[in-house]
Amino acid sequence: MAVQALGTAAAANDPLTKAAAQPLAGGTTLIDLMKLDVMRPTTIVDITPLAHAWSAIAPSGDGLRLGALAKMSDVAAHTEIQRFYPVIADSLKLAASAQLRNMATLGGNVMQRTRCNYFRDVSYENCNKRNPGSGCAAMDGVNRIHAVLGTSDQCIATYPGDFAQALIALDAMVEITGKAGTRSMPFAQLHKAPGSTPDIETALQPGELISAFSISGRWPRSVYLKARDRQSYEFALSSAAIALDVQDGAIRDARVALGGVATVPWRAREAEALLKGQRFDEALAQRVADAAFADARGRRYNSFKIALGKRVVARALQQAVTMEI
Amino acid sequence: MPDKPGSRSSGFDRRAFMAGAAGSALIPITARAASEDARAQATQDPSLPVEVTLRVNGKDKRLSIDARTTVLDALREHLKLTGSKKGCDHGQCGACTVLIDDRRVVSCLTLALAAEGQEITTIEGLATDDRLHPMQQAFIDNDAFQCGYCTPGQIMSAIACVKEGHAGSEADIREYMSGNICRCAAYPNIVAAVKQAAPEIMKG
Repeated sequence: MAVQALGTAAAANDPLTKAAAQPLAGGTTLIDLMKLDVMRPTTIVDITPLAHAWSAIAPSGDGLRLGALAKMSDVAAHTEIQRFYPVIADSLKLAASAQLRNMATLGGNVMQRTRCNYFRDVSYENCNKRNPGSGCAAMDGVNRIHAVLGTSDQCIATYPGDFAQALIALDAMVEITGKAGTRSMPFAQLHKAPGSTPDIETALQPGELISAFSISGRWPRSVYLKARDRQSYEFALSSAAIALDVQDGAIRDARVALGGVATVPWRAREAEALLKGQRFDEALAQRVADAAFADARGRRYNSFKIALGKRVVARALQQAVTMEI
Repeated sequence: MPDKPGSRSSGFDRRAFMAGAAGSALIPITARAASEDARAQATQDPSLPVEVTLRVNGKDKRLSIDARTTVLDALREHLKLTGSKKGCDHGQCGACTVLIDDRRVVSCLTLALAAEGQEITTIEGLATDDRLHPMQQAFIDNDAFQCGYCTPGQIMSAIACVKEGHAGSEADIREYMSGNICRCAAYPNIVAAVKQAAPEIMKG
């Protein structure tokens, strides 16, 4: 099972499907969770040799194609991305630490697991994500960092990633490569809300790898705003990815995504609908924020996220409207 | 670590003891280099150690280690390079920061097998001919450490921070050094040290 066979995508997935193997890229999620016994793969396949083909950042059509094995730090520092997709650059730059951003890949970042304290602590047997049907320790536990949107009676674990919010806001497509070849789907369909199967987190089949993301158009008027307990190197309590197309003071198109508050990357379409065709003012920002959290459901320790989340949306909108592009 | 003068040595090496303790679930890993007999054997019997060569501070070191060994444990337990510290072992504190191919990474989340073929630089590899690296000197000049435990990671991280172009202002230094935490709160002096060393390091 020499890794040199990973030179081609097809060969890449042979070892993966044969042994139900766990792919390893940057290792920042996998090694962390292996040390906690949360993930216990019997075989690991280092997919970093695929980076020679899967790490390019390049224009594609009227938009952008990002190789899934590009490092977070390289993409965040890319001058074209900073200029034409600041929401992407900031969602990467404001994530993790400099060391982790040097190790972590775009594909791995999108696949990161929840930070739920109970998921990460195997001394709690009742975790429907780890042990389907065992219950959820967070429901009646310390659920300060847990989700207020997209929850079910089986799981309230927050999806913690930032980059995914930029992707879902910009209607990104995700390219998935497996033994049978390559397929594309809207990024919005990659992650699965917990529902009655919190153990199933994505649409990836065994042996499939994310090979690229693609975004159409350019979004220079875009912002990623992240509210958290610490100024840096901390997950979001609530964040907003905003992208606007403004012409002559009127909002022609608006994208709003919410991080830190939902079980999956979260597109706030009801909020976007209120913005289209409008001129921005504070009252509109408030209505948009209220709409984004209309279906939010707080638990004992996380209800504060609803008010905080609304303010983050309103402030991010204001920043997007007033920024110089 | 050398015994203090006059102390009695029991001959018990704590690190050697821990390294000998049996692991639990064992995982074969197919790594980047060409498959060797030992590695092929390991995929059949995961309890066997695998051979790996790590290039550390310019020297090749051959190791026979459990496939799950991190770079941090390879450095500390197998190569006796204990300058890199284990603070949290989960990539959250930065005390284990080393450079791999000149990029700062947390060695506790990097598998040794995955680092084969790359250049690893540790704190032990900075000084040349008994002359300290400018960042090391700056940490001394600015009293940038108290207990010293986070310090090797801070220094490695700071050197990379400067070379990345992220030390242009105090705000930048604080933001881009946020992956290295210091319980003694030496932060103001760490920032001052990075500021002092930056121009000299940028000059190359």
